[in-house]
Amino acid sequence: MVERECVRVVRCGGSELNFRRAVFSADSKYIFCVSGDFVKVYSTATEECVHILQGHRNLVTGIQLNPNNHLQLYSCSFDGTIKLWDYVDGILIKTFIVGHKLHALFTVAHAEDSVFVTINKEKPDIFQLVSVKLPKSSSQEIESKELSFVLDYINQSPKYIAFGNEGEYVAAVRDFSLSVYFFKKKTTSRFTLSSSRNKKHAKNNFTCVACHPKEDCIATGHKDGKIRLWRNFDDDKKYTYTCLHWHHDMVMDLAFSVTGTSLLSGGRESVLVEWRDAAEKNKEFLPRLGATIEHISVSPAGDLFCTSHSDNKIIVIHRNLEASAVIQGLVKDSNIFTGLMIDPRTKALVLNGKPGHLQFYSLQSDKQLYNLDIVQQEYINDYGLIQIELTKAAFGCYGNWLATVEQRQEKETELELQMKLWMYNKKTQGFVLNTKVNMPHEDHITALCFCNAEKSENPTLVTASKDGHFKVWILTDDSDIYKKAVGWTCDFVGSYHKYQATNCCFSEDGSLLAVSFEEIVTIWDSETWELKCTFCQRAGKIRHLCFGRLTCSKYLLGATENGILCCWNLLSCALEWSAKLNVRVMEPDLNSENIAAISHSSMGSDLFVFKPSEPRPLYIQKNISREEVQWGVFVPRDVPESFTSESYRWLNRSQFYFLTKSQSLLTLSTKSPEEKLTPTSKQLLAEESLPTTPFYFILGKHRQQQDEKLNAALENELVQLPLTENIPAINELLHTPAHVLPSASFLCSMFVNSLLLSKESKSAEEIPDDVDMEEEKESDDSDEENDFTEKVQDTDNTDLGEDIIHQLSKSEEKELRKFRKVDYSWITAL
Amino acid sequence: MAGYKPVAIQTYPVLGEKITQDTLYWNNYKTPVQIKEFGAVSKVDFSPQPPYNYAVTASSRIHIYGRYSQEPIKTFSRFKDTAYCATFRQDGRLLVAGSEDGGVQLFDISGRAPLRQFEGHTKAVHTVDFTADKYHVVSGADDYTVKLWDIPNSKEILTFKEHSDYVRCGCASKLNPDLFVTGSYDHTVKMFDARTSQSVISVEHGQPVESVLLFPSGGLLVSAGGRYVKVWDMLKGGQLLVSLKNHHKTVTCLCLSSSGQRLLSGSLDRKVKVYSTTSYKVVHSLDYAASILSLALAHEDETIVVGMTNGILSVKHRKSEAKKDSLPRRRRPAYRTFIKGKSYMKQRDDILINRPSKKHLELYDRDLKNFRVSKALDRVLEPSCTIKTPEVTVSIIKELNRRGVLANALAGRDEKEISRVLNFLIRNLSQPRFAPVLINAAEIIIDIYLPVIGQSPVVDKKFLVLQGLVEKEIDYQRELLETLGMMDMLFATMTRKDSTLVWQRTSGGLLENKKVES
Repeated sequence: MVERECVRVVRCGGSELNFRRAVFSADSKYIFCVSGDFVKVYSTATEECVHILQGHRNLVTGIQLNPNNHLQLYSCSFDGTIKLWDYVDGILIKTFIVGHKLHALFTVAHAEDSVFVTINKEKPDIFQLVSVKLPKSSSQEIESKELSFVLDYINQSPKYIAFGNEGEYVAAVRDFSLSVYFFKKKTTSRFTLSSSRNKKHAKNNFTCVACHPKEDCIATGHKDGKIRLWRNFDDDKKYTYTCLHWHHDMVMDLAFSVTGTSLLSGGRESVLVEWRDAAEKNKEFLPRLGATIEHISVSPAGDLFCTSHSDNKIIVIHRNLEASAVIQGLVKDSNIFTGLMIDPRTKALVLNGKPGHLQFYSLQSDKQLYNLDIVQQEYINDYGLIQIELTKAAFGCYGNWLATVEQRQEKETELELQMKLWMYNKKTQGFVLNTKVNMPHEDHITALCFCNAEKSENPTLVTASKDGHFKVWILTDDSDIYKKAVGWTCDFVGSYHKYQATNCCFSEDGSLLAVSFEEIVTIWDSETWELKCTFCQRAGKIRHLCFGRLTCSKYLLGATENGILCCWNLLSCALEWSAKLNVRVMEPDLNSENIAAISHSSMGSDLFVFKPSEPRPLYIQKNISREEVQWGVFVPRDVPESFTSESYRWLNRSQFYFLTKSQSLLTLSTKSPEEKLTPTSKQLLAEESLPTTPFYFILGKHRQQQDEKLNAALENELVQLPLTENIPAINELLHTPAHVLPSASFLCSMFVNSLLLSKESKSAEEIPDDVDMEEEKESDDSDEENDFTEKVQDTDNTDLGEDIIHQLSKSEEKELRKFRKVDYSWITAL
Repeated sequence: MAGYKPVAIQTYPVLGEKITQDTLYWNNYKTPVQIKEFGAVSKVDFSPQPPYNYAVTASSRIHIYGRYSQEPIKTFSRFKDTAYCATFRQDGRLLVAGSEDGGVQLFDISGRAPLRQFEGHTKAVHTVDFTADKYHVVSGADDYTVKLWDIPNSKEILTFKEHSDYVRCGCASKLNPDLFVTGSYDHTVKMFDARTSQSVISVEHGQPVESVLLFPSGGLLVSAGGRYVKVWDMLKGGQLLVSLKNHHKTVTCLCLSSSGQRLLSGSLDRKVKVYSTTSYKVVHSLDYAASILSLALAHEDETIVVGMTNGILSVKHRKSEAKKDSLPRRRRPAYRTFIKGKSYMKQRDDILINRPSKKHLELYDRDLKNFRVSKALDRVLEPSCTIKTPEVTVSIIKELNRRGVLANALAGRDEKEISRVLNFLIRNLSQPRFAPVLINAAEIIIDIYLPVIGQSPVVDKKFLVLQGLVEKEIDYQRELLETLGMMDMLFATMTRKDSTLVWQRTSGGLLENKKVES
């Protein structure tokens, strides 16, 4: 199946959605946001990603609706191009090559054929606002080098520039000054805040600017939390400003409503403030939005607002300040303490999410499933506050139990520790708090592991701590005549010469527990909690510890801080082999014996995959990332891949994901996850008319199986046929919106010519539109009927033999098209 | 978005007995009234009819007490020897008792002389009871016989000689006039049917049987003897249902609570145990001063009467329901305001708007939600909160500290308010569970109010008390550490059988060295 096996490191888990202001479509049905090299189109009603517009080769930095055609979208990118998209169908219409790195994009309604972009020419932090003329041409790629300078010395972020009063002027702020450029007069006015000259550490820097859509009024946000409303700024002397002050921290973004009657502001307090009539008294609040508000935008229809947050989330808010939808990406706000885990039930990636939460993230659909509130306390987002941090988490017993540890340390001596054990409730499909242990240890907990043996009758948890103890917790019956209950209690406390316990790990069958105490590894019998033996290599503190699995279960692996990887044989109690490797991450694969280790050096991080039984690695990938890799995890695949090459076979049953220090989630794959995802969205588009009910998906699966059988039979006698998708002319015809196409009579001959295949099939080839219609009918028919027609066709094929290539092609083409349609539905069903 | 999350109030496990509905129920009695009898109280029996008087058999007398009287309202003392087992009839008007000389006497409650005397037993009669039809009396005696007497003509109807040892306990069925059960020192409990002239069921208890009890339904039989209480299913032909061994000494008496949900057993080990009759687990235990011989519960469990070997009768009355709503209740909206619009049918064009259910927040939570930190702290420093629920106060202080506003909340207080805070600190600072939070708060207070110290003698005095407290605590901790060191030495010299020793640290975590300046 996979012809070219080339595994490379690809980014997954999506990119940040909060990089720039989100943009609403004119009818408020869709919301667009930049995400890495793509533009994502979400439905505001269902929070579902409808399209991914891909085509840029670098970070997308700005998007704007085409003011002249509200079904089109401009986007600009660091790759120096401006692209025009049809977002309804997800098609790239035109590409304008500008040549410079573009930092921001603005469109103005009256300037019909030009857009405004921010570029930097000479110095790295001097940016210019220029207007780019977009020439009219029918070709796909157009050079547009015609730049005209508007403003100099501006800030790169689009928050610092705003166009006002239907494009009469543009306001730009930087540091302590506000400059306004009037297009008609072609003059620039400059206002500098007076207080900034006197005070050295004045905090009233400009942070954002917004212009009133109807009047001559500019709102600016400041670092000290004030909002200034400027009026009469066409005169350098007579200008006035009023102050609005509610925020106690920096104003992150401002936006006027469409009519201009209210002003929205947001900041670190995570409260959206609506100032009505620009008055200090009339304010409305939408509090507890979860994280710092980075951007605010307003839909052109005026019925929706949206806020982008620092935790990679977009909240769509109704006009009456009620949140109506949340588009949540992978939260990358906080530090990852828990590492990467896999929820055994949902196969979701689990890691630190919002502050005090665990996020469950589906890697298959690139979507956050839910956040589990662990800390359960009001989150106060303020600078310099020491928050309760979720430091450790572990799943046990096939996802039935979840153990979490949270801590808060204000001073050296004051440590607040809490361990919580959560039970999965099948009825509510969620985790329910079962046991809360205050101060389970007297010092930081360094490791946490469940005994995941299959036969184990009662769940067991081990915690290792810096206080030199490891504790074994078991589930006990806590029920009496009044209620039935279970709870966790401490069963055993072990220590080894008052060394700090740094790691703990159960063997696969749960019979042995390995606990590392600084340099020493101790092996304990899990039945009697007796110390069985110790291993010591005197090569620095043990950083990672894990048992081999399956056939390699007699091996114990340890990685030390001094860069030694040791493998001990538990039967002979001797060192089997050791290697010099500065291991940062060591993760065993749950489906095989393989263990992945990531080493770090000044050159970058390298990945090694090996079996404990032999010191020679199966696979080496040099320089998987420039940064240090912090965490890694093997994720079992739903559908096994079939890499035939020896070096890639370890990827067949599981996939390896890792997280770098800058919080980017990477994996090793042949193609990027976004590419994998696209068929779903395209499919959604193609079959928008069909309701995607669960029944539909079941039916689709069933049909697919049948078709697969049929296809296998047909494959032998299949003659290589050009499918309609493979003909470029048809492709172009089908994927270009009707309103940009030339007249049908002009296209007809070209189109018909392109359909001609060969001499045999010439006579009977039909116009594909008819075929399409037929297909539609057929696919709408019931399953039974389909079955019947397929059978008939099958017999036809065998009867008529070789001279009916053309008929064959027609029927097969139908089959194949149907197959294509059905083929995708099971992906959505996953 | 997500609503306000209330402050998590730290809960601390309560040591000792768990508080359940049963402990609350059985502890809800007044302090016992002690009545001195002439000898060991062998039987207490409540009249089934109001006013629920009870008959107490002790030595050669039978006293009848009223519910709340400490003096007997009537005494039957015409016994030549020890009287046994004075029992009321179902209507509460007749009383029957056995005696050491083998006689069975029937009394009218209002009279003094016996109405009937049943002569026939040759030895002491320890058990008598009325049958369900009220016209017969069953008696068991030390001459190994069980006799059934007719009241109207005081004749002996039947004699059963199946027991091979003293018959010491018995009980007639409440439903069937012909059935009764006797327990004997020959380790058996026998059920007799007056219609068949022999025992119908016999079960082996294993110990001399001291007490038997039939459930009101008659389906279950409880026997007590030795240290065991055994429950038998009579409908299955006397199959052992459960055997309970919760006493240290011989169980002497049995009793059912009025609801039938709980079984009580009294024993020579001076305890009364309360069992659940569904799970047969001990749900509560009552302690007495001497070995218990007899036990009775009044109607609706209003009174527990326990007779002991030292002749003391202990009477416990249930506490009367406290009248809580003495204050005039606030006028609520009329009933019709709540049902307004309930019958409204949804029209086609109507849009249903649900009002989100309002979450109840505590007052301090309401203040915290609106960032009124000083006010929230004031609320939890009210005496009603600090005395009853100090953990709430500590949790709020902790929450304020987490929000970084504890200093703001503590600052700007006058003499009265600051002394309130200091009072709380003095009371709770030395408690290990509160110490980490309160030490931090104390430090902040000292930092804030250091410049104004010396202006108020009241506050200065409080600071001095606090200083003394901290010094005492430091001394105490030092002593504890010394003890720990000594114990370490002892453990180290012991032979080390197992290589791992588990140290249980007893230090309360109060090791902060603090200076209180005044």
